[in-house]
Amino acid sequence: MTTAKTIHLTLKVVRQTGPDQKSNLETYAARNVSTDMSFLEMLDVVNEDLTLAGQDPIAFDHDCREGICGMCGAVVNGRPHGPQEGTTLCQLHMRHFEDGDEVVIEPWRSRAFKVIKDLVVDRGAFDQIIQAGGYISINTGGAPDANSLPVPKEMADQAMDAAACIGCGACVAACPNASAMLFTGAKISQLALLPQGRPEAKRRAAAMVAAMDKLGFGNCTNERECEAVCPKNISIVHIARMNREFLKAGFF
Amino acid sequence: MNWLINVVRSSIGKKLCMALTGMCFCGFLIAHLAGNLTIYGGKDAFNAYAQRLHSLGALLTLAEIGLLTFALIHISVGAILFYGNLTARPQRYEMKKNTGGRSLGSATMPYTGFLLLLFIVFHLMNFHFVDKTRQSIFEIVSAAFQQPLYVVLYVTAMLVAAVHVSHGFWSAFQTLGLNHPKYMPLIRLAGLVFSLVVGAGFGFLPIYISRMT
Ligand code: FES
Repeated sequence: MTTAKTIHLTLKVVRQTGPDQKSNLETYAARNVSTDMSFLEMLDVVNEDLTLAGQDPIAFDHDCREGICGMCGAVVNGRPHGPQEGTTLCQLHMRHFEDGDEVVIEPWRSRAFKVIKDLVVDRGAFDQIIQAGGYISINTGGAPDANSLPVPKEMADQAMDAAACIGCGACVAACPNASAMLFTGAKISQLALLPQGRPEAKRRAAAMVAAMDKLGFGNCTNERECEAVCPKNISIVHIARMNREFLKAGFF
Repeated sequence: MNWLINVVRSSIGKKLCMALTGMCFCGFLIAHLAGNLTIYGGKDAFNAYAQRLHSLGALLTLAEIGLLTFALIHISVGAILFYGNLTARPQRYEMKKNTGGRSLGSATMPYTGFLLLLFIVFHLMNFHFVDKTRQSIFEIVSAAFQQPLYVVLYVTAMLVAAVHVSHGFWSAFQTLGLNHPKYMPLIRLAGLVFSLVVGAGFGFLPIYISRMT
């Protein structure tokens, strides 16, 4: 393991005081950043300085800081969640930056995600897509006996891959069309692949796609930028499955 | 019929329209190219091909109406999608990098599509809506390609077409839900080969014709 170094960065952060305000790019110096810090810890340090100087700290979303909750995220140097593949912003470490780097930090940009403040955006649109049908509406009762409902291993694996989605919104942020199809595809797939989800598969696909369309997301043109930035490496195979499920619901 | 309207009005339904009509155009391109290859058989072979094609009569008219309908769908739905996607991100990024998913074809789809539309109108005016009673189709074609400007325009248009189908071909499969990790690399390769065939197959024709006489 290499030992920690200390680096100095220039941050260019998009600041916005509130919803419907104009945003502008502000420059900050991030001095004495340990390369062992995470990106969010680096922002914490900058915010401490800002607070001590009597300025408004940079608002950003975070919760678990373990890469599992999906709260964090910003576009760093033109890439959602920063330069490292398959990694959330909270799990991105400063050792991936060089001394003297200029780092541009922006919020997710999409008509469907309103900026609340600085880097914090309202991803309630995702919740509305889930509310439209991203669940199973049966009373499950007690836990069933183990292995009473056989699921082929491959199916279980694929469902698990889809279920890895933490709903961070990076797919929308990366999509040239600000489309939410990777998110919606993953949420439809995780249930469509399992026997418990099959009975409502059609209704679910139709309802969730309709909700997605209404919320102002763009339309997928198969650019594949979403799967490239997804911190959970979710594949567009799930978008194809959503298309199948939706067409089945529409035509049969 | 309500269900059909609902499907077509949805985002995935619009993609489906693009995919299905686009696939038909791919089929049309193959047929068109196969016919055009008779040029390599010489003047008579080409004229004979044209004559046989036109002897299909009503069948040909039907195919033309079909193509025109598909074109109208492809263009209008494409335009709706293009506009919708433009407005889906009102505030642009200060800095945005592509992460490797985007290709030349995918990034330029609406623009190459628009150029192709212009080309098709031009092409139809050149060789379709012309008086074919006094001169054979071969004479019309070879006269046109005596002008270097036509050769350049046509070859360029075919390169644009190749770029367009390089994304369109595999994209249609993805939209129809035909994505399987095992077969997708093959489909993408087929798309690439297809775009090369279109670009080179059609692209060499004007050059060849211009040097024939
Ligand atoms: S803070 Fe939970 S995933 Fe980053």
